Amino acid sequence: MSIGARFPKQDGVAKADGSGIYADDIALPRMLHAKILRSPHAHARIRGIDLSAAEALPGVVATLVGAELPLKYGVIPWTQDETALAVEKVRHVGDAVACIAAVDERTADEALGLVKVDYEVLPAVFTPEDALEHPEIKVNERAKVGNITKHVHLQFGEVDEAVAGAAAVVRETYRYAGSTHVPIEPHCAVARIDADGNLTVWSSTQIPHYVHRELSRVLGIPQSKVRVIQPLLGGAFGGKSDPFALEFCVAKLAMKTGRPVKILYTREEVFYAHRGRHPMKMDVTLALDAGGRIAAVDNKILIDGGAYASFGLVTAYYAGQLLTGPYRFETYRFDSYRMYTNKPPCGPKRGHGSVQPRFAFEVALDEAAEKLGLDPVEVRRRNFIGEFVETVNGQKITSNGFLKCLELVEKASGWKERHGKLGPGRGLGVAGSMYISGTAYPVYPNEMPQSGVLVKLDRSGRVAIFSGASDIGQGVNTLLCQIAAEELHCDPYDVTVVAADTDLTPVDLGAYSSRVTFMVGIAAREACQKLAEKLRAAGGATFAEACQRAEAAEGAPLAAVGGYRTQKLGGDYRGGTIGASPAYSFTAHVAEVSVDEETGIWKVERIWAAHDCGKALNPTLVEGQIEGSVYMGAAEAQMEEMVYDEKGLLFGPSLLDYRIPTSLDTPDLDSYIVESNDPGGPYGAKEAGEGPLHPAIPAIANAIHDACGIRIRELPFYPQRVLKLLRERDARREERAAS
Amino acid sequence: MMTLPDLTVLRPASVAEAVEALRANPGARVLAGGTDIVPNLKYGMYDTQHLVALRGLSSELRYVREDRSGDLRLGAMCSIDELGRSEVVKSRLPALADACRQIAGPQLRRMGTLGGNLCLDTRCVYVNQSHFWRSALGYCLKKDGTVCHVVAGGKRCVAAASNDTAPVLLALDAGVKIVSPRGERTMPLRDFYVADGLHNTVLAPDELLTEVRIPAAAATRRQAFAKLRMRAAIDFPALNLAVALELDGNLVRSVSLAVSALAARPALIKGLEDLRGRPADARFAEELGRRAHKQCKPLTNIGVDPGWRRDILPVLVRRAVLRAIAG
Repeated sequence: MSIGARFPKQDGVAKADGSGIYADDIALPRMLHAKILRSPHAHARIRGIDLSAAEALPGVVATLVGAELPLKYGVIPWTQDETALAVEKVRHVGDAVACIAAVDERTADEALGLVKVDYEVLPAVFTPEDALEHPEIKVNERAKVGNITKHVHLQFGEVDEAVAGAAAVVRETYRYAGSTHVPIEPHCAVARIDADGNLTVWSSTQIPHYVHRELSRVLGIPQSKVRVIQPLLGGAFGGKSDPFALEFCVAKLAMKTGRPVKILYTREEVFYAHRGRHPMKMDVTLALDAGGRIAAVDNKILIDGGAYASFGLVTAYYAGQLLTGPYRFETYRFDSYRMYTNKPPCGPKRGHGSVQPRFAFEVALDEAAEKLGLDPVEVRRRNFIGEFVETVNGQKITSNGFLKCLELVEKASGWKERHGKLGPGRGLGVAGSMYISGTAYPVYPNEMPQSGVLVKLDRSGRVAIFSGASDIGQGVNTLLCQIAAEELHCDPYDVTVVAADTDLTPVDLGAYSSRVTFMVGIAAREACQKLAEKLRAAGGATFAEACQRAEAAEGAPLAAVGGYRTQKLGGDYRGGTIGASPAYSFTAHVAEVSVDEETGIWKVERIWAAHDCGKALNPTLVEGQIEGSVYMGAAEAQMEEMVYDEKGLLFGPSLLDYRIPTSLDTPDLDSYIVESNDPGGPYGAKEAGEGPLHPAIPAIANAIHDACGIRIRELPFYPQRVLKLLRERDARREERAAS
Repeated sequence: MMTLPDLTVLRPASVAEAVEALRANPGARVLAGGTDIVPNLKYGMYDTQHLVALRGLSSELRYVREDRSGDLRLGAMCSIDELGRSEVVKSRLPALADACRQIAGPQLRRMGTLGGNLCLDTRCVYVNQSHFWRSALGYCLKKDGTVCHVVAGGKRCVAAASNDTAPVLLALDAGVKIVSPRGERTMPLRDFYVADGLHNTVLAPDELLTEVRIPAAAATRRQAFAKLRMRAAIDFPALNLAVALELDGNLVRSVSLAVSALAARPALIKGLEDLRGRPADARFAEELGRRAHKQCKPLTNIGVDPGWRRDILPVLVRRAVLRAIAG
């Protein structure tokens, strides 16, 4: 039927032909445009803000400063540490200071130039090392100790003993650079206040529910008077999963002026809003026993968090908790510090928290296997954790198609015939990974369902699905049509999806942690099945007729609800629930690279990626997610990095200077879907949006090693870094030849 | 989004009207394809109040033609895209066609013009940024400030020439025609650029580059263009270079090598006369690489490691020379 079909994306045509309505397409009568004044200093106390000249400029309608919105917000209830506009001090270059609403953007821009801010510049810290060393320079007062957002130390088994008794031990430092999401649509929000004082905010967010909660709290108006609507979204990747300054500013300015207000961030402001990949320094010890089995993994992780917590508490856990599959660890320890620094805040980017340690681990595993003379594919096969098992840190793995993934990419890439034999300058590398399909526990503790869906049938045979979930391009709205068609036997084109509107749709917690398809899918199936039963009982020659007969029998319009109820999962220790997921996805990649040894310039020629998504509800969408993930991972390996100068100023906050690969820089991609049919997932499905990114980076690093014998342990793999390592290799070879 | 300053756009219908408009409106800037000036205007890099738009000059300045002497004349309003596709350019000046095809991306190549590329403002990572960003940096010599962030204590702006057509046309001994209300003048392209990042050409405020003339002999020269960039499209050069060789059998009769994306002036590598008469072989290619390495000192004005760029320059030169020899 409809599940498993290559059903075209429900919003595909509207996105392609320009008819789709994004936040910036919304224009309301008498609408004002607002702009945010930003700090040129990385750390400074605000002694005063003089808005008089700006307010006197013709066309300026209202201004806003931090003192008017002093309540601190944040998605994670324990680390709420930011305000819409700086209240007493600024914490990074680009931090928001004041906001001006005017009749048009140019007037608002001009007015920003007239604001005088009296700053007392404070000493600042720009690296996590400096942040640890200088607790007296307090970046964010929320930190209880020094500049530590979160410290996690967890140990499972006798790690040191296992290392001491191991046959091969790798001890290396790996560095992962910070990168950002680069959604093509910059953040945008529009607010309107109606005659009854109800506030509506349209926002390019992937978490309407949390924005709803935080707007209400910070603005001091009841949640029942706030409505958040997410229009069509032009990419998110985790970069729209916090509440942002613009949402509070448009709301407050609409309340102050009684007029609709819009803010559209410039690309530069998107870079300052950031919430991208955390830079991490990882000191990894990995030990194999004589049989090539993983005896111990020990990881000391220093995380550069930027000026605010965002999801940093979770990052500090995910950095360790998500590493314990698809391989079996005998013992495991990790110790992670997420530090505040005077830079734009990091947060969740596709593969939140676990892409960095996965890189370090998968390269270290290759290094250890090399010591034992083991083939990289073989060492991974040998350590497979299995199905329906518990990891060393107490996560319950259900279905697990990792071996199948590994086998597929091994065969497709011609690994056995080609690895180690492609000659100088060309090589193959392999890596595997695991990721969550949502987290078992909601971000704020509550007993309500994480996801809800309402399905209504019309006499015409039209089906309306009301879903709180955010379609951020992953295609959940399309899946809802398919689920309705599957269960109700209706035409998938006769389904209307009303999504992500807090007045109209049941709550869904948001598009993060790869939870949406899994949880919304279960909720939608439940609601549709309730209706299907009534339709079956009613009978009828056509779907519309069945709807009419069922409605007559019911004596009321037909509707049903479904929910995803949180399961109790996770290890029995503090933090044991973080990273606990109802199902885990698995991925394996083989990458092929070529390296120009004279210049260090290298290229990913091809990546074979196999992903166990449980069940492909729509194979085209799954392949799209695999390809997009691999692209994004390869991009981080190749060129993406947030680079700052010695005063915390981000170099080149534009798409010219912060390079993302073009289609010409993208390797050939071969996607393979593996279906392990998870017993807990909707129709057996697990996640596909984030997991497939992980192995790309280590597979490329391992391929570079196969091509030319160097180990690159720092991202991005800039050609100058590769060339330096090649020259060191040559010097070593010469030394060896001489002795 | 970023807003444009309030500007008056003048739309002359002829070269004569255009240069008159430039004369009559001091500080006016020329708008050809707009691919560079529009973002720069949004960045607040120019205080100009007038733009002189050249679209109306298309019929006058958009041509590829051979004159009676056999020289090739290219109108300044030719788009980069059409030069990259032109059969005449591809067959006679393959290095120029190659350079054009490596500029930016397809949409920008269709907008950008030859004249615009040759007159492209110099670029630097410290100045091609928003006004906010430059204010946080503390500004620089090129705009609003007094310090150079590339050369400590530097008093002269070293923003980099980043045009891809310039090295090719330099190596091929091209000349340019310049028109002003006072009349017209022609000069070799090698005299057109000066070593000043604030304004790296000899153009007076009321002058317009209208034509490029490439000598007939250029078509007989072995030539190659090379561009180092960090991604395969939509990227300014981290280094670019062009080589042109006259061969006499297997022997070098003359050689010129231009390297750019270094500082304000595209560099013609000097002192190559002694290489005349040498066999055009791998050793010759190596030697050219060595000389370029000696004379070229990449800077941090381009956000790509200058040490590495200098390191690999000889390799890029050698490969380009070998490509040129191979034809």
